[in-house]
Amino acid sequence: MSKFKITCDEATTICDKSQYGKATIMEIIKLRIHFLGCKICALYTKQNTLLSKILNTNKGGSAICSMSAEEKEEMRKRFQEESAKLQ
Amino acid sequence: MFDYIYAQNPYNVKATYCMENVQKHTLNPDKWIDLYSDYLFNYTIARVNKTEIAKDLVQETFFAGLKAMKNFEGKASERTWLIAILKRKIIDYYRKINSTKGKAEVRMNFYSDGENEGDWLEERVPQTWGSDADKEIENEELGEALTKCIEKLPEKYAMVFRMKTIQDFDTDEICKELDITASNLWVIIHRARTQLRKCMEDNWFIK
Repeated sequence: MSKFKITCDEATTICDKSQYGKATIMEIIKLRIHFLGCKICALYTKQNTLLSKILNTNKGGSAICSMSAEEKEEMRKRFQEESAKLQ
Repeated sequence: MFDYIYAQNPYNVKATYCMENVQKHTLNPDKWIDLYSDYLFNYTIARVNKTEIAKDLVQETFFAGLKAMKNFEGKASERTWLIAILKRKIIDYYRKINSTKGKAEVRMNFYSDGENEGDWLEERVPQTWGSDADKEIENEELGEALTKCIEKLPEKYAMVFRMKTIQDFDTDEICKELDITASNLWVIIHRARTQLRKCMEDNWFIK
């Protein structure tokens, strides 16, 4: 039985992995057994899953940024200076 | 060698075809900014998430490209070659934030030694959130609060977390690009998420 015993640190690591579908069956079993005696980690898992949902909902929101014309001009200037130095 | 190919393929059709297609790529630095600056910038911003740093890395890549022009063998396209340089720059950047800032800012969530090793630290134990916590996930302010909490993470944690969670990179790809192991990656994700949970609890769910 002792090989199924894991700490809260390990349990939450498995929970974090499972948010990306990367926990193994064995790990999931260990996690479930851990929940029987640990309500804190069960709560962590519930909240963690909620955070994943929020993250997924907000994913599309991040604006694609690009450089402004001025920034590119600045880059070009510095590039030409560097280029001149090398010649 | 050629005798052999000829024997296999008397009309030498394919061989000729291949020969014609092996064209050497050339470098044309005068056009780099116009042709590749947006592409390299987007590539970088997806990984470092800070405009200023992304710009610097792209600029450094162009400089490094200039200096290394004589080593260009023409095997890869100009863009592929520049990306290869940029990838090195991103690894160097990651190593730098890993060795300097990253370490001190880590907030532990579990006892790291003694007989309680691996147990929750009392002040970090998750508290019950309100019962309507999961009813408002499309709330814009909630999204902003989360973004702020990600920004508060140590930089290297934020970088790995974003690549994995927001940009949806493969584990293998992140490991290769940042030159870290998979178990290393999961430790970082674990610490990032426990810290993020605590931050959201303090700033949003239980104010």
